Amino acid sequence: MRFFDKASTALAATILAATALATPALAQKAANTVRFAYDQAPESVDPFFNNVRIGVIIGANVWDTLIYRDPATNEYKGQLAKSWKQVDDKTIEFELRQGVKFHNGEEFDADDVVYTLNFISKTENKVVTQGNVNWIAKAEKLDKYKVRLTTKEIFPAAIEYLAGPVVIHPNEYYEKVGPKGQNEKPVGSGPYKVTNYVPGKSISLELNKDYFKDSPKPQPKVGKFEIRFIPDRQTQMAEMLSGGADLIMHVPKDQADQLQTVPTLQVVSGETMRIVFMQMNIQDGTPAPALKDERVRKAIIHAIDREAMVKNIVGTGSRVINTICFPSQFGCTDEGAARYAYDPAKAKALLAEAGHPSLTMDIVAYRERNQTEALIGYLQAVGIKTNLRFLQYAAMREQIATNKAMLTHQTWGSFSVNDVSAATPNYFAFRSEDITRDAAVRDLLEKGNNSVDPAVRKEAYKAGLKIIADKAYAVPLYSLPVYYVANKDLNFKAYPDELVRFWEMGWK
Amino acid sequence: MLGFIVKRLGLALLVALAVSAIAFFLLRLSGDIAVAIAGEGAQQADLDVIRKTYGLDRPLVVQYLDWLLKTLSGDFGTSIYFKTDVATLVFAKLPVTLILGVSSLAFALAISIPLGVLAAIYSNSWIDRLALAIAVFGQAMPNFFFALILVMLFSITLRWLPVSGSGSWLHYVMPTIALGYYTAPAFMRLIRAGMIEVLSADYIRTARAKGLSPYAVVITHALRNAAVPVVALTAVQLGFLLGGSVVIETIFALDGLGYLAYQSITYKDFPVMQVIVLLLSVVYVLLTLLADIANAWLDPRIRVS
Repeated sequence: MRFFDKASTALAATILAATALATPALAQKAANTVRFAYDQAPESVDPFFNNVRIGVIIGANVWDTLIYRDPATNEYKGQLAKSWKQVDDKTIEFELRQGVKFHNGEEFDADDVVYTLNFISKTENKVVTQGNVNWIAKAEKLDKYKVRLTTKEIFPAAIEYLAGPVVIHPNEYYEKVGPKGQNEKPVGSGPYKVTNYVPGKSISLELNKDYFKDSPKPQPKVGKFEIRFIPDRQTQMAEMLSGGADLIMHVPKDQADQLQTVPTLQVVSGETMRIVFMQMNIQDGTPAPALKDERVRKAIIHAIDREAMVKNIVGTGSRVINTICFPSQFGCTDEGAARYAYDPAKAKALLAEAGHPSLTMDIVAYRERNQTEALIGYLQAVGIKTNLRFLQYAAMREQIATNKAMLTHQTWGSFSVNDVSAATPNYFAFRSEDITRDAAVRDLLEKGNNSVDPAVRKEAYKAGLKIIADKAYAVPLYSLPVYYVANKDLNFKAYPDELVRFWEMGWK
Repeated sequence: MLGFIVKRLGLALLVALAVSAIAFFLLRLSGDIAVAIAGEGAQQADLDVIRKTYGLDRPLVVQYLDWLLKTLSGDFGTSIYFKTDVATLVFAKLPVTLILGVSSLAFALAISIPLGVLAAIYSNSWIDRLALAIAVFGQAMPNFFFALILVMLFSITLRWLPVSGSGSWLHYVMPTIALGYYTAPAFMRLIRAGMIEVLSADYIRTARAKGLSPYAVVITHALRNAAVPVVALTAVQLGFLLGGSVVIETIFALDGLGYLAYQSITYKDFPVMQVIVLLLSVVYVLLTLLADIANAWLDPRIRVS
């Protein structure tokens, strides 16, 4: 009996101790701290040396850019720059804001802009995503608060990049510590400052009390953000259910639907700029020669019920697209482009007409496997047997670049750049992933990329997108939503650029 | 004995090198590392910079030999992903994994020794069958699944334990149980079999005839002799636990070597992965060597043979 008495006492003590240690969600609201769990750790906190979404999120909250794009209106506003003007096709001049300070107290001026832009534009400094910076020729200081930027070629999307990935570093600090030091102890001028960073494990941010009042980013309200890197999706969900986290994102639809039923949580679904599409290899030497026949390609598009996929598999926030770009991107339009309704009978007829009543081919894919499987089902229904080759991204890309892919199922997020130049040319301007290689399309896209005249650009992109659609070079499917699950007391809004704006968040 | 140890140490190094070479070349089969590092949509300019930076434009064999020579000279390189010194990164994570490995082993022994002994004493009774059922359950159920059951019970329903992280001893409770329970059946069955054999030996009959208490017979006489193979298995299982912590550490976001291994595979951070593979294989072989030495010490007949 004594044993059982002791055991029950020990058990009761354990329960009490553990209950005392359990952290209710309300405590975090009281502490004004948001605990954010994310599945991937950034390789570096310095925005120029990572290429993952969480890196972009941290970058936007800790650093500022010269220009700010209002996510609601897509209007460009001055951030670190007060104003700017396009001097000629390759030159932009910026009037800088005065009185801004970095987190370490360093004053912001032209030297910071000139140093940052010249540093990142040099390939020897090894910025990870060269496409974000390799258009910059040089930056010059005109006076303490005036800078001139020259681009290498005509680069109409410059403002968009300056409002996105091109953040400004404090020159004195950066010169002293370099990217390594900036990663270890990051210093920006943004609404949040980094207080603790353990690579691969966690990063803590605290609101910047001295954040400049004229910023188009509203003054931050939440005191602290604790970001933990938890790779396992089930663990993240368990953290949300147990009150150990306040926000997670990229939750699969089925799991988000389950979490929707939990009274302490809210599920927010937001459309993103990430588009989903299929490519069809019609290059010389394609392993699927049948795809060279336009009728076969059209049959493939007619075979897929995109509306049903959006409704049943992809989920709220997604919409069907008809051209290979995201509708809000400058130059993106489906006006005049061929549209293909779901019509399996027509698909079968087209296949028969092309002399391929039944076909077998491979499809390569790397994410959203359930969607690929649905696509395979639709193709099977019209007589196209499709073998799934689900690969790592790098391996899939190698298959595409070496002309070994037949059909592909891909997604593209455009680095959240709201301009067609960041989307369609990737797959149709003779780059390594172009498996169509139509010179007319390439020339039109290049024309759009190399003009600063909006009318010329729009016309060129429109014509290029029309050829791609009319000749059925690819299957535009839909935009991809992101499901966020948050503590129900958290004020939170989702945007298409998948940027979590900490500075907008607050508690109800 | 010294010759034996030196020979085994040499073998340990060769095994470790072979494993690291296999890991090196297998990693390259999973696609272009430059693309994996650069990420989605990287353009040729990005890839060129990365290939040049990390020497990926050189022949594979040259890359491997370069890494090997540097490693042997004590230069473990820099993490491609985290841009920090690999040795610092790896050794900072080692204590977490060691704590998890040792506590899991202790947990496994704590449940398998009594269960194994009881199963042997009450062989073919319901106690034996219950012990075997517990063992079968532990071995048959994947540890990640058991881990999730524990999370559902202790974190979500009861809210006693934190789901993930490594801030306090509470964070280690569920990973220890999940990993330890998976390891326990092997011990339990070995102890049970050993005890059944020993309990029917002549010297046990003699001990009983001398009037020794059942406790003294079972623990002092029988268990000590049945424990010899357990020592060897303990070493192997500890190595297994260190390597096998990848899944458990990833599920519980326990910031140890296993989690780092998972990250380095995901991010194609081959300098880190290579060092972890090398370290774990050296530890594994060294533990086996220690077990051999311990066994030779425990049972002089082994030394003779």
